[in-house]
Parts: sequence; structure tokens; C-alpha cells
Amino acid sequence: MLEIKNLKASINNKTILKGLSLSIKPGELHAIMGPNGSGKSTLANVLSGKDGYKISGELNFKGENLKDVPVEKRAQKGIFLAFQYPLEIPGVNTNNFLKTSLNSLRKSKGEKELDSLAFLKLVKEKSSELGIDEKILSRQLNVGFSGGEKKKNEILQMKILDPNLSILDETDSGLDIDALKIIAKGVNSSRNSKKSFLVITHYQRLLDYIKPDFVHVLSDGKIVKTGCGELAEELEKTGYKKLN
Amino acid sequence: MKQQELEKAKEYKYGFTTDIESIKAPRGLNEDIIKFISEIKKEPKWMLDWRLKAFSRLKNIKEPNWQKPKYPKINYQDLYYYSAPKSSNEKPKSLDDVDPKLIETYKKLGIPLKEQEKLAGVAVDAVFDSVSVATTFKDKLTEKGIIFCPISEAIQKHPELVKKYLGSVIPITDHYFATLNSAVFTDGSFVYIPKNVRCPMELSTYFRINASETGQFERTLIIADEGSYVSYLEGCTAPMRDENQLHAANVELIALDNAEIKYSTVQNWYPGDENGKGGIYNFVTKRGACRGKNSKISWTQVETGSAITWKYPSCILQGDNSVGEFYSIAITNNHQKADTGTKMIHLGKNTKSKIISKGISAGRADNTYRGLVDINKKALNSRNYTQCDSLLMGNKCGAHTIPYIKNKNSSSIVEHEATTSKINEEQLYYCNQRGLNQEEAVGLIVNGFCKEVLQQLPMEFAVEAQKLVGISLEGSVG
Ligand SMILES: Nc1ncnc2c1ncn2[C@@H]1O[C@H](COP(=O)(O)OP(=O)(O)O)[C@@H](O)[C@H]1O
Ligand SMILES: [Mg+2]
Repeated sequence: MLEIKNLKASINNKTILKGLSLSIKPGELHAIMGPNGSGKSTLANVLSGKDGYKISGELNFKGENLKDVPVEKRAQKGIFLAFQYPLEIPGVNTNNFLKTSLNSLRKSKGEKELDSLAFLKLVKEKSSELGIDEKILSRQLNVGFSGGEKKKNEILQMKILDPNLSILDETDSGLDIDALKIIAKGVNSSRNSKKSFLVITHYQRLLDYIKPDFVHVLSDGKIVKTGCGELAEELEKTGYKKLN
Repeated sequence: MKQQELEKAKEYKYGFTTDIESIKAPRGLNEDIIKFISEIKKEPKWMLDWRLKAFSRLKNIKEPNWQKPKYPKINYQDLYYYSAPKSSNEKPKSLDDVDPKLIETYKKLGIPLKEQEKLAGVAVDAVFDSVSVATTFKDKLTEKGIIFCPISEAIQKHPELVKKYLGSVIPITDHYFATLNSAVFTDGSFVYIPKNVRCPMELSTYFRINASETGQFERTLIIADEGSYVSYLEGCTAPMRDENQLHAANVELIALDNAEIKYSTVQNWYPGDENGKGGIYNFVTKRGACRGKNSKISWTQVETGSAITWKYPSCILQGDNSVGEFYSIAITNNHQKADTGTKMIHLGKNTKSKIISKGISAGRADNTYRGLVDINKKALNSRNYTQCDSLLMGNKCGAHTIPYIKNKNSSSIVEHEATTSKINEEQLYYCNQRGLNQEEAVGLIVNGFCKEVLQQLPMEFAVEAQKLVGISLEGSVG
């Protein structure tokens, strides 16, 4: 699914990713843990194709080199990023945003666009499956949403857009246990042999609910350790410091 | 004017609809031309005198030039003031003969084929479709006593109403372009809503028979009698082809006691090319008088076209408790320029006005909001709320807000808020990550920015206007 080789990224003359390699196969869920400032969000941004970074190394998605592929094309190929800080877009109705988004993705695949009725049905189904109050969807996109609502909204979008590779950037941060369970449910219910996940988290807590196939520790722009689920528990006890 | 042409104009009376192609007045502006127009329109003498009075006034006044967008000098003697609708052999034969870019835009707007042909001025009999629609439509209105017809028809059939109200809001002495229009206007709409009648449908120029080529000097007069209501739609979201560079329309609204007029405009005339060549000068005078107590006039405008847009739809709040509103979206891209806003003149007690202006500039365009809130000494307990937001795309464009406030009594309150922002790269990135391309993302964000204005538009119009907002800004972000 995703092949990263010796990825380096810098912005504003600051090198943030310093030679990172990672391989994610279809059906796998990888967790990335690391202290603040280690480059987790930068990795997520670079994978999504965000502008402004100077990049070297190799980035392949489904066998295709992502160099020069713009953000929306990557999204259309099936990369989804649940943002650490979802942005507010005043005046834009959340439902309308989601529908526009879904239909852009469908169009790019040569599928028929969903009409409002079919779309609302899909939204109802997915939000009740996750136990998310669909009322938030009739509000302006993320405007005045609580932290938890913003994160739930990201996960609902993930469910509806149904990507191949989902990258979750600290979606669990700042959530209470109920919200955390909703996030975990969103991920777990989507897992199958074709979907891959890259779950970025600062805390081990989320991994009580989502069982990763691999855990990587990111420190100063590099993966310094890789292991299976137990690594997360170990980290919880010893902290990141020991690893350096 | 040559004798022979006047003769032709007289002949014309008998074959008005069939032999229309051959008539074109020579270039230039003089009394003969005005007489010619008046004669072709079969106008009574009082109307001709009115025009001539305006013309003699015109000779003594100059064009204003305090506006921000400057334009090359217009040679008024070089313009045509009357030309009959184009003949079929001058028009494109089919959509294949029409600029493909235009067709592309029609497709994006989802305009049906028949309508595309009509808009592009293709010579087909598709017009008959709309004539039949218009007829059933007319019956419904007649039932309620509503008059909705070309103003040239109203001058003949309802002279008492026209005489009483024409020029009563925009006097013929008002300013250069208004005076020019008064002298040479060719046609436009007339609406009269009788007492206590709520007009059962949106009135739109689109449905008015013979509305297709009213030309560059349009004249519209709308009267809402006591306790009545009307919503009027002007224009069309599709880009209009037009050979005339100068458009100087006059629109007058009159609301009597407890009456309400809602006037919505979508203006999408040719803006010129990417280098600023060509394009329409849209110098329109629009003014409404809330003459009666508790009356209300609400202007909503979506201005996306024209090389230069220069207009201030205004409200004169004469009646006590009357309300004036102005909701505006002005989008300028490439080399387009807009200097637009409103005037709210508070004369009656407890009068209220609200101004919401959204200016969007891209490319090398320039966008000015200019507004006047004038609260008279006697307009006790009046209120105004003004909000002007500007959105900039890129760093070669400009936005300016020029509010004039004159509050002449201490019991009245004026509030003004203004913001200027740049389109947010992070918002664009968020949208892109969800699969939207740059144009879709810009369209979505800008529509969000304009929401308060868009939601004032009648439903079907709003949907089209939303698409138009996106299309107008195409290519404006990297
Ligand atoms: N645009 C930028 N310009 C300069 N420094 C940046 C920029 N973005 C991030 N950084 C810096 O790079 C480091 C990694 O940031 P980030 O990827 O957000 O870390 P994490 O998500 O792991 O907390 C931090 O020190 C941060 O301050
Ligand atoms: Mg981060």
C-alpha cells in the first residue's frame, strides 16, 4: 500500500524528517508514537501532499510514485488524513461539504454522483453506526464545534469517504473515554484486508482500543524503534526519553 | 436625422413585429434621435417632452468622475441610441457558431439547451417556448390585477401611473447617467401591484415577453401599492452577450404604506478578457423610495460580470418605521473593477437600515465598497447596521471600504463593522485533502463567505448564483 524510503522533509530551512522509512501493507494498521515536536504531523502532511515542504527520498502509494501528485489527486487515489486540528470554514454547511467531497472522489473514479437523498441516507447510516449525533452535520463546518465534535466529524468523514489508507493525526488527543471509543469503533469497523491505517498518537491509551500490527517510535524525525503492540505498553511505563 | 429614416420609422408602426430588422438610427445624440425613439415607441407627447427636458438638462451637466475605477472617455456622439433587435441572418445559426468558452460555462451552470440558445442569441424559434410560458404566467397576474409589462407598453396603457411615478425617485436632473437614460431609454419593465395583493410568484425579466433586447438604456419602474408585496428578479446567471459597451439603466422602486419590494439582481455581463480588453461598463442608477409608513425595500445583488461596475442601489426611508436593506456580493477577477455600495437616507422616524456587503477580489482586480448612511435630524430613533467584508485572493488585487456616515440626531444609532481577509491556504488544503480541486475548494469557501447574502436570494436563483460564484473565480488561485 505505502512505501516510504529514506524520506527527508524540511520547511523554512528547518529539517524535520531526517530519513524515515516505513512500509505498510494492505490490511495493516501501524501506530506511530512519539513526543511533541518529533515530526508526526509533518509526516502526515507530507504523505497527504501538502505544499511548502522540501522533500527527498521515495514515496510510493499502491505502486505509484507520489512525487508531483497534488493533494486532491492523492485524496482521490484513496489517502485520507484526519487532521490534528480540523479547520473551521465559516458559512459552509458540513453536510454540503461532505457531499461535495464524496462526489469529487466518486467522479474521479468514474462513478455516478450521489444525489442528496442517497447521500443523506448514507450519512444517517454511518453516523448511527458510530453513535454520532448527525445534528453537527447541519452546522457550519467545524465552526463552534467542541474538540470532541471536531474529531468525531473527522472520523465520520473517514467512514463516508471510505479511503484505502487512513492517516489519523492524534485524533485521540484531548478526548474523553466515550469519544475515544467512538473513534476506535470508526477504525475497527473499517478494518479489513484491503484497508490500511497509520494511526499517530501521543498516548498509549488509544491502543487499548485499537490493536496495531506494528508500533513505531518517532523521535527527531526518524523511526528509532519498531515493535508490535507491546512496545506501546512499554513506552507508557518508561517514557520516550529512554529510547534516545 | 435623415427624413427618409423617419419615414421608415413611421412605416414601421404597421409592421412592428415582422419588419423589425431594417431599422437602426444613425450614430449620435440629438433631438431628432430622441424624437425617433419616442415615435417608434408610439409614445404620447408628454413622454417625448419629458425626454427632451432631460436632454436639454444633459447638455449642461458633466459626467461624474469621483469614482475609483477610471475609464477612457466615452464619445457619446459615436454611440447608437436605437437599433432594432438583430435580424436572424446576423445571429449565430446554431450553438456550434458560438464561442466554445461560453458554451462551457452554460454547461457548468446546468442551463438547458434551449435556454443556452436563447442566451447566446442563436436564431431559433425556441423563443416561442418561453412565450407560451409567459402567457399562462400573465393570466395569473391579470387575475390579481397586477400589471407586469414592458415600460413602453405601460406608457401607452397606464399613462396615469407612469406619469405619477416615473422620475419621482430618480429625478431627471439627478446626475449625468440618470439624465442620459431619461432622455434615451429604450425599454424595460413596469410593475404595479395593487393594494393588499401579494404577488403570487417571483417576477422575472426572463418571463417578460419582448424582453430579450432592451438594450443599453433600460428603464424599470416598480410600484407596490399599500399593503402589497412583490419579489422581482433581474438578470440571469449565464454570461450575457452584448455588443454595447455602456449600460446605463435606471431602476425606480416605490413602496407605499405597509408594502414590501424585494429586488434581486444577478449581473454577469461580459467582463473583458484576461488582459482587461473589452467588457461592459455597468453604470446603473437604482433607487427605491419607502414612501409609506412600515414599508420595506430590500436590494440583493450578485455582481460578477462587467469590466466596471459602478452602482449604489439606495433606499430613501421616508415613511415612519420603514426599512431598507442592501445585500451585496461583488466579485472582481482579472482586470475587473467595482465601485459599489448603497445609500440609506433616513428621513422618517424609527427607520431601520441594514447593509451587508461582501467584496471578493482576485487577479489584478479592484473592489471598492462605498456607502452613505445619512440619518436626518427628524429621523428620530433610527438605526443602521453595516457590515463590510472583503476577501482577497493573491496579492495583486485591492479592496477598499469607504463608509460615509452622517448621523444628525442623538437618538439614532449607527454601527459599522468591516473586515478584510485573505483566502486561507489552510482551508484550501483541508478541502483539497477531501478530494476537492482548487476551483471547487475556492468556490466552496467563497460561497461560505457570501452566505448571508446568498441566502437572501430566491431559492432557484440562489443555487445558480452559488455555481456562478465559483465559476467567476476560476483560475484565480495558483
Ligand atoms: N512550517 C514550519 N516551519 C518551521 N518549523 C516547523 C514548521 N512546522 C513544524 N515545524 C517544527 O517541526 C517540528 C515537528 O513538528 P510536528 O511535525 O508538528 O511535530 P509533532 O506533530 O510530532 O508534534 C517542531 O519542532 C515544529 O516546531
Ligand atoms: Mg502533531
